[in-house]
Amino acid sequence: MLSAAEPERKFTDMFSPLSVPAEIIHDSAIVVSLICLAIFLVVVFMLCYVIFKFPSKGPEDDKKEPPQIYGSSQIELAWTVIPILITVVLILVTVRTIIDIQDREMPEDTVHVRIIGHQFWWEIHYLKPDGVDANGKTKWVTDFVTANELHIPVSSRENPRPTALQLESADVIHSYWVPQLNGKTDLIPNHTNRMWLEPLATGTYYGNCAEYCGTQHANMLIRVMVQTQEEFDKWAANQRKKPVDSTDPIAVAGHEVFYKYSCVSCHRIDGSPEPLAIFGPDLTHFASRRWLGSGVALNNTENLLSWMRDPHVLKPGVLMPNMQLSETEVEQVTAFLQTLK
Amino acid sequence: MAHGTTTAPSEDFVITPVRPGEEKGTWSSWIQDLFFTVDHKKLGLMYIAVGLFFFVIAGLMAAAIRIQLAIPNNDFLHPDVYNRFFTMHGTAMVFLVGMPIIFGFANYLVPIMIGARDMAFPRMNAFGFWITFFSGILLYMSYFTAPSLYNAGSAPDVGWFAYSPLTAKAFSTGHSTDYWTLSILMGGIGSVATSINIIVTTICMRCKGMTLGRMPLFVWTWLVVAFLVVIAIPPLSACQIMLTLDRYLGATFFDTQAGGSAILWQHFFWIFGHPEVYILILPGFAIMNEVIPVFSRKPIFGYPVMVGATVMIAFISLGVWAHHMFTVGMTSLGNSFFAISTMLVAVPTGIKLFNWIGTMYGGKIRFELPMMFSIGFLFQFLIAGLTGVMLAVAPFDWQLHDSYFVVAHFHYVLIGGLLYAIFAGIYHWYPKAFGRLMDKKLGLWHFWLFTIGFHLTFFPQHIAGFWGMPRRIYTYEAGRGWEEMNLISSVGVVFQAIGILLFVVNLLYSLKKGKVAGDDPWDAWTLEWATTSPPADYNFEKEPVVRSRRPLWDLKHPKDPDWKYE
Repeated sequence: MLSAAEPERKFTDMFSPLSVPAEIIHDSAIVVSLICLAIFLVVVFMLCYVIFKFPSKGPEDDKKEPPQIYGSSQIELAWTVIPILITVVLILVTVRTIIDIQDREMPEDTVHVRIIGHQFWWEIHYLKPDGVDANGKTKWVTDFVTANELHIPVSSRENPRPTALQLESADVIHSYWVPQLNGKTDLIPNHTNRMWLEPLATGTYYGNCAEYCGTQHANMLIRVMVQTQEEFDKWAANQRKKPVDSTDPIAVAGHEVFYKYSCVSCHRIDGSPEPLAIFGPDLTHFASRRWLGSGVALNNTENLLSWMRDPHVLKPGVLMPNMQLSETEVEQVTAFLQTLK
Repeated sequence: MAHGTTTAPSEDFVITPVRPGEEKGTWSSWIQDLFFTVDHKKLGLMYIAVGLFFFVIAGLMAAAIRIQLAIPNNDFLHPDVYNRFFTMHGTAMVFLVGMPIIFGFANYLVPIMIGARDMAFPRMNAFGFWITFFSGILLYMSYFTAPSLYNAGSAPDVGWFAYSPLTAKAFSTGHSTDYWTLSILMGGIGSVATSINIIVTTICMRCKGMTLGRMPLFVWTWLVVAFLVVIAIPPLSACQIMLTLDRYLGATFFDTQAGGSAILWQHFFWIFGHPEVYILILPGFAIMNEVIPVFSRKPIFGYPVMVGATVMIAFISLGVWAHHMFTVGMTSLGNSFFAISTMLVAVPTGIKLFNWIGTMYGGKIRFELPMMFSIGFLFQFLIAGLTGVMLAVAPFDWQLHDSYFVVAHFHYVLIGGLLYAIFAGIYHWYPKAFGRLMDKKLGLWHFWLFTIGFHLTFFPQHIAGFWGMPRRIYTYEAGRGWEEMNLISSVGVVFQAIGILLFVVNLLYSLKKGKVAGDDPWDAWTLEWATTSPPADYNFEKEPVVRSRRPLWDLKHPKDPDWKYE
């Protein structure tokens, strides 16, 4: 079941922000860019002036050297003090913006999501509160697990509904970057980072892993589906359910193949909230996702068949090995996976 | 000898003992000279030659990268091959192109500018060259000898800053990362040795009258750079050793699977890496400091302030490293500190730029090739500096970090800045080293083609970065709006490649066919122009005596010497 998150926002221009933190960054970026542009124009003017005003007029002219000036304290003081003043302005803008974004308190009904980076996909846990710990802080436990496509509710200025991301990594460093929603933050093993999103418009937002993480860094793509609150709730309710077992004989055979080979060693399909280890994306509601392989191809029958034959065709260097399935098995597993709505 | 303080000895007085196999002009003497020379000028030229050799190799890798990125979903290069290419391109350009070429200039010019006959430790100088050279050979040997395990890669593919834990055994099988580690370690030894040599030479070997306040700014800048190298390289060497311990002896400094810290590597690397940026660009400034006054026909504007600004840049550059780490989740205080320290660098850098303009103001600018490249430098380094300020604004950096904007920024620094300074320096001192001027017509073609190509390639990358394109991706989806920028970028490579080809042709052609330069073709003022072109092994027959910052000016204008005003 594909839930609509319209429109597609493929053009990820950081100067068209659609989220509160991205807007704050955008505003300071504009100020800084304009100051830099002004400095650029002034210095270019000075450079062009000396270049066009003082060229040598030929060998005759060269016989006499120009007046030899060794420096001027006043002028040098001027072009030391003015840059210092500009720098002070830039520092004020910067520090203010850093604190505004980094140290902001999240409101009560924030959506809490934990994202774990893997070579080359995203593991996503939606969190729910579970009492308080010894320090009086809310404890968060996994509500349900999904992968690669982050669904979050749209926020508004009247009713802020931000999403707080808790970023971790299972292997190497990755970085979560959706330019229209916020700047990037790294996902680092043994080190939990935080960032927040507060989208003001619905849509499917595009982004990329922004820290080189290995062979398929390029196709560790990010998709964020920003939905209305109702759509989001509907989607979340479906994710919490166990998938319904299909009666289609081909799919049933595919289910058997899935368990017969070692698919289950890496991929999890059931409703249990705390799996022991996840090496590959959770497939519980695989058919509800729009893309395969962390965004490398659309999740349709043709691409899925190709992926089952050999994942390295669509995503060379992906950690999933070629499972050497027979053509029948490929079709059976594909049919099975497509029942996981 | 128009203006010389020395004269070349006439043929009758040259008594050089000639050992068998060392007769001049034979192959064996040439080979012996190449391998055993301890002459600072020959080593300087060898450094530059090696740098240019690796420049061509790493440049061709960049060209392959641009072919791959010209259109979306291209399959010209396999992702693994692509990842090796950008790793080798970056590593080579920094450690095997930038460093050797700047050390080449320092080697050739520092002793001769201070009126010395050689470096303080000539044999250590040769050691520094050869170990740097072999570190390059070692790095590239990885292509042939690294793949030892089934499925293990060949050349390093972890990026030029090799973030842990991607370099851990678990994620980097085989030996490619070890080639990278050991090569950097070796090169670092060479850099530190040469820098110590430069410091000692500058402090102990100055000729009579050459006080610190009269040293050419080139030498001053190099004194600062050499100190910076000695401070910055040891953390790099230390973390290479720690990484090797991690990989082979079960240490866990950076191994996150065993509780190590991934961020620790970044601190080690960037406390080297950021001063390294200044280690590379300050020698570019050093060349500007010599070229701009000569071709503006005026002394450098504000000599003491230029020295002070250089020292300030070096000092501040030791406290800005974590601006490479704004996205690793530092506290708001940490982010603010490094944003502020980074912005402060802009002040002394701005002073330098303004003082160069001040030098040109009121002069009689001669648009010879070195000056053309210097003017290119000024414009391009201005852009590089301002994009640097934008990146220093931490929140802006959260967007721009690891995007193509950063790629554009540092290519403006290293090509638009450093490489243009290197070209200016080569066109400027080539007649000194080889006695012949480089061809001006070819040089102008080189300048314009390369400048057009450079801006075509790198300017659009700023925009691709604004539009969300991350760096180090071997391909990109169609429809993200990056197609045009990447295509323009790739087209620019054609212009750059032709420009470089003409430059290499010019280098070789002018060796034999260039206009005879004479000792002082540019009517310049520092000591290297007081001796023959090329200078004799001993540089100066008699030790020169200096009374001002521009000894040759004093000589040429006895009625109006500089020392009256200093």
